[in-house]
Amino acid sequence: MKAFLILEDGTVFTGTSIGSTREVISEIVFNTSMTGYLEVLTDPSYAGQAVVMTYPLIGNYGITPDMESGRPWPDGYIVRELSRMPSNFRCEGTIQDFLSKHDIPGIAGIDTRALTKILREKGTMNGMITTDENYSIEAILPRLKAYTTGNVVDKVTCSEKKVLRANGGAAAKKVALLDFGAKNNIAQSLVKRGCEVTIYPAHTTAEEILAANPDGIMLSNGPGDPKECKDIIAEIKKLYESDTPIFAICLGHQLMALATGADTHKMKYGHRGGNHPVKDLATNRVYISSQNHGYVVDTATLDPKIAKPAFVNVNDGTNEGLEYVGKNIFTVQFHPEACPGPQDSAYLFDRFIAMMS
Amino acid sequence: MPRNKEIKKVLVIGSGPIVIGQAAEFDYAGTQACRSLKEEGVEVVLVNSNPATIMTDKDIADQVYIEPLTVPVLEQIIAKERPDSILPTLGGQAGLNLGMELSEKGILDKYGVKLIGTTAETIFKAEDRQAFKDTMEKIGEPCAASLVVNNVQDGIKFTNTIGYPVVLRPAFTLGGSGGGIAHNETELIEILTNGLRLSRVGEVLVERCIAGWKEIEYEVMRDANGNCITVCNMENIDPVGVHTGDSIVVAPSQTLGDKEYQMLRTSALNIISELNITGGCNVQYALHPDTFEYCVIEVNPRVSRSSALASKATGYPIAKVAAKIALGYTLDEIKNAITGKTYASFEPMLDYCVVKIPRLPFDKFLTAKRTLTTQMKATGEVMSICNNFEGALMKAIRSLEQHVDSLLSYDFSDLSKEELLAQLEKVDDRRIWVIAEALRRGISYEQIHDITKIDEWFIDKLAILVEMENRLKSEELTLDLLREAKRIEFPDNVIAQLTGKSEKEIHDMRYDNGIVAAYKMVDTCAAEFEATTPYYYSVFGSENEAEETNPKKKVLVLGSGPIRIGQGIEFDYCSVHCTWAFAKEGWETVIVNNNPETVSTDFDIADKLYFEPLTPEDVEAIVKLEKPDGAVVQFGGQTAIKLTESLMKMGVKILGTKAEDVDAAEDRELFDKILEETEIPRAAGGTVFTAEEAKEVANRLGYPVLVRPSYVLGGQGMKIAFNDEEIEEFIGIINRIAQDHPILVDKYLQGKEIEVDAVCDGTDILIPGIMEHIERTGVHSGDSISVYPAPTISDHVKETIVEYTKRLAKALHVVGLINIQFIAMDEEVYVIEVNPRSSRTVPYISKVTGIPIVDLATKVIIGNTIRGLGYEPGLAPTADYIAIKMPVFSFEKLRGAEISLGPEMKSTGECLGIAKTFNEALYKAFLGAGVTLPKYKQMIMTVKDADKPEAVDVAKRFEALGYKIYATRSTAKYLQEHGVNALRVNKITQESPNVMDLILGHKIDLVIDTPTQGNGDKTRDGFLIRRNAIETGVYCITAMDTANALALSLETAMDTLTPVDIAKVKNM
Repeated sequence: MKAFLILEDGTVFTGTSIGSTREVISEIVFNTSMTGYLEVLTDPSYAGQAVVMTYPLIGNYGITPDMESGRPWPDGYIVRELSRMPSNFRCEGTIQDFLSKHDIPGIAGIDTRALTKILREKGTMNGMITTDENYSIEAILPRLKAYTTGNVVDKVTCSEKKVLRANGGAAAKKVALLDFGAKNNIAQSLVKRGCEVTIYPAHTTAEEILAANPDGIMLSNGPGDPKECKDIIAEIKKLYESDTPIFAICLGHQLMALATGADTHKMKYGHRGGNHPVKDLATNRVYISSQNHGYVVDTATLDPKIAKPAFVNVNDGTNEGLEYVGKNIFTVQFHPEACPGPQDSAYLFDRFIAMMS
Repeated sequence: MPRNKEIKKVLVIGSGPIVIGQAAEFDYAGTQACRSLKEEGVEVVLVNSNPATIMTDKDIADQVYIEPLTVPVLEQIIAKERPDSILPTLGGQAGLNLGMELSEKGILDKYGVKLIGTTAETIFKAEDRQAFKDTMEKIGEPCAASLVVNNVQDGIKFTNTIGYPVVLRPAFTLGGSGGGIAHNETELIEILTNGLRLSRVGEVLVERCIAGWKEIEYEVMRDANGNCITVCNMENIDPVGVHTGDSIVVAPSQTLGDKEYQMLRTSALNIISELNITGGCNVQYALHPDTFEYCVIEVNPRVSRSSALASKATGYPIAKVAAKIALGYTLDEIKNAITGKTYASFEPMLDYCVVKIPRLPFDKFLTAKRTLTTQMKATGEVMSICNNFEGALMKAIRSLEQHVDSLLSYDFSDLSKEELLAQLEKVDDRRIWVIAEALRRGISYEQIHDITKIDEWFIDKLAILVEMENRLKSEELTLDLLREAKRIEFPDNVIAQLTGKSEKEIHDMRYDNGIVAAYKMVDTCAAEFEATTPYYYSVFGSENEAEETNPKKKVLVLGSGPIRIGQGIEFDYCSVHCTWAFAKEGWETVIVNNNPETVSTDFDIADKLYFEPLTPEDVEAIVKLEKPDGAVVQFGGQTAIKLTESLMKMGVKILGTKAEDVDAAEDRELFDKILEETEIPRAAGGTVFTAEEAKEVANRLGYPVLVRPSYVLGGQGMKIAFNDEEIEEFIGIINRIAQDHPILVDKYLQGKEIEVDAVCDGTDILIPGIMEHIERTGVHSGDSISVYPAPTISDHVKETIVEYTKRLAKALHVVGLINIQFIAMDEEVYVIEVNPRSSRTVPYISKVTGIPIVDLATKVIIGNTIRGLGYEPGLAPTADYIAIKMPVFSFEKLRGAEISLGPEMKSTGECLGIAKTFNEALYKAFLGAGVTLPKYKQMIMTVKDADKPEAVDVAKRFEALGYKIYATRSTAKYLQEHGVNALRVNKITQESPNVMDLILGHKIDLVIDTPTQGNGDKTRDGFLIRRNAIETGVYCITAMDTANALALSLETAMDTLTPVDIAKVKNM
């Protein structure tokens, strides 16, 4: 069946429908990872967005247990070509079936490079995926312009708290993980290091978390504009004021910055992929990182008495991490938990463990 | 870290002659590195024995030594030049080993020279088997478990600890004979017992069998600050068991999940960090197809063939960045030249798929075993880029120029199902075609996978291509079907064949409906950033992003495709220099080529690079877009010449010599007419199509005769026939491939072979020099030792040659280059062949004479005159040096290949000896070719009757050098009768000890064996002697002239050689 991708600027791509045939409007973003499409699909940070994979051959190894959450989150999936016959010893099915099962619409067979160039030049924009051949562009464009992602954290956070721990032995550290749309491997990275991790819903109060007396607090990644999370920011401000060690990733990093008086802004087309170099300003070492963000902390708005840049993006100089002055708090914009992408910065979890000791 | 200012003068070591396993990729890497160093103001001293390289040009380095790559020579150069540093990681294994030896022998300390790029300790840790194993163990990286045993019990004990199956490799046996794979104890005992008996030292390596695992490679970069990145990973379609150089390779990996991808990536970074490598490094893995288990196969602490491929596949200039790292820069300080925005410290992201296919030499060596093993056999490779795998594979197939353009090109349809399954078991260069046939027969993916171990994902892709064949055969050709066929890169001629339409109909249907190739950019970043480098590949069904340019003048330069025997790196040298010359004259340059190992496909050589197959259809699409003012075909070897007619049909002007004149040189009748008009004699002959006609001509001329197809390079298919049976055989071989042109049969004249390259501007000619071959006619010019200036011909002959060259160049209206081969016999000069294009000898003669031949020819093509460019027409004054070009062969890599020299070219590369005297130049040439005698001062002679009188002289010379000479019956008898103290030894068929025992006893330096006839029969003694000599590392000579030259070289062996800086060689 034919499918159409209609962009806010009026560009139309014609391809083949994959997954659900339902119509969807979403923010269109691109990801440049060459492997890890499944981790991308199940990363809750993509809630409210339709993701374009720039690598043209997707689904080669099918569906495996490598999921970062229980379900796929993007509103739509845009690819050049889906493999008709995946091959891998862990393969349990095809992307086609996976998308259908979760009622996620998508489009294949379009010139994803041309689409990416549009998004690069004009910036992230909204778009619609539809299978309706009789669409009216005049009727659609105003709807596209009016669309906003809104507060998507509420959609992806867990509904009740749960505890994860490694089998056997006493937990080395107790970590409270605030779930704004956390990828599984954040908790797994901590559990693997012997931590007992309590995952809290995003709207848990600071009081409740601190009452459990955790050794450290982990603020997770998540979708959307950080400024939408006003209530959460207020709670994070309280966590900041406690003396508990805190490590934050991506949205968590942005929320901590907002909670302490800095500002964030939307980037032209963000960073989504597994090849971004970030420099650790303490050592001048460069690490290749996994990234997925459309907003960034504005370095100019930092109060040097509160937070100092700890990491910087080598390509565009944007902020990639902060060290909080006089506090046991550090936050990063990128994803040390990888999945997908390079595992180079996994050492930051060790740093967090050390900080809690 | 900023650049280390203490590094002011760097010695760069090249990789020497092109051999299988070490080819043009190191010219690419070395050239890029030298340019990168010079960009930083570093003075570069370059040493490489290979004159056909771009790196040995004086515009690439400040001092250039084309000298043998030996420790004493290097020491002399170091003493003379006093560099402060040596960069050994860009010259392949040869360069690396030399760097290590210089360090180990204390020469670096003596002269206060540092190894930059990577330390000696690191090289040792990566290269020494045990040290490497220990290092991997230390950081917990698994290697395939192995142990050397000298008895069966130890073998069983060890195998019980690692599990079956195991591979058994006896030490020091012929080509691994006596080895095998044992799946259980019974097999182990049987193979091991036999292997221990066969091994000269009674040792067998027992190794865990990982054949059939996925073979994956990572290209990694690291700087002195410890920053690491992976440039690219690659997956071999052929699983472990086939050398990666002989495998079809895809980039990036296709069947690995992120978990496997990152697991191996992290491992590669751990390894490069532990080894403390600064620069580029290649790590090869075997990955179990059904678990996460993996083994490190090998680490190369240097740039490699794979890194050249990775550079071209991603656009990331590994060698350039490695050179900058060697100077002290860190990755985050080095700009990404493709985007101009990002830095070298990021990982390229591809939004396309790259396929590499090796170019194997089995079309040259009909008797060689086609089997692919862990011993590399490919002479070159092609790469293609597309946004789907099927398309990339199809484009790579037709880039090979081996008469293949689809999965139908090798026909296995006459095999029964059983035969087909048996054929699938054979691992050779036709495997994907066999799989395609299996798919046509409905054999399941699973069964194909079980036999070949090739991942089913790839088998499915081949099935998609087979399904398209069927659809084209059975369905009506709708526009949608045509679009889909083009999306997966079916060429028009194959679509035509399958649909029963003409190629023109398909072509027109496409262009009428806008089904045309679009071009996408290789930008290192999957379009995330704007790129500025016009490096393009074609796709169908997409938006074109190749920018239209309308410069004053635009030239299309056609490259020479994959490196093969007969068409080597020298044509890339010519293409690159031609491009540079056009650019200097203000033209916009567009290169089309598909060879990832070459300088010409570096993105900053031409203004635009199209990485595409060199077929008329692919070139036409580029022509339609670029609308060049003209094309040059005379520098890209036969590949480019073959495109001439098609280019003219597209309306492209051929710059330089006209197509009809090129034709006149190749077409026998036209050429005979020209010879008649110019009164130039040639050997009598005729043109034929069948064996019957050939025999008739041969008998009329009298045997021996020279038989060859027209329009070929490197004498492909050329043979000397001595009788009717041989005519039958040769014509049969030639006609296995349908011939568009007649076969030539000529009287074989034996005399001195002379060669000239000349530049002609339409009026005047310039002959930079006359070369003479050491071997008499009958040995292909590419395989002969060639001497400049011609040492033994008279002034009269020289004058005749100059005169004939003038006449021929004028009669053929040559504008640009011409190469002519002559025979000089009794003061008479005959023409053998004329090629109105660049030749193999152009780079070497340019370097020794100081005349930039390609540059001049290009300027002449544009409209300058020889006089206008400041050169006096005629034969240029003789240079101050003697230069001797020595062919280098790779016979030991090709089991079963006939090594005797003849009119068909067999060498893979060459080196140069350059000196003030003939003797020193000759000695250097042998040294550069790796002929290091004497070791044991024992040799074997077995020569044909006609050679016996000459053999006496040769034998006497070697006897005087202290050699003990063994000879078989008749040779021994003749030598003894003529005063040579030759020892008779039994023939192979006779009882031990015989000649084979001598060879296998490893006590022989040299075998001189002149074959009785032009072509060898595989079971004949001579063939076995030659093969066994080669495979046990004994130097083997098959022509008396070569033997005399070697004797002279040994007689004049000298301890101190005088290195010559050819950058200082000037002519006028």
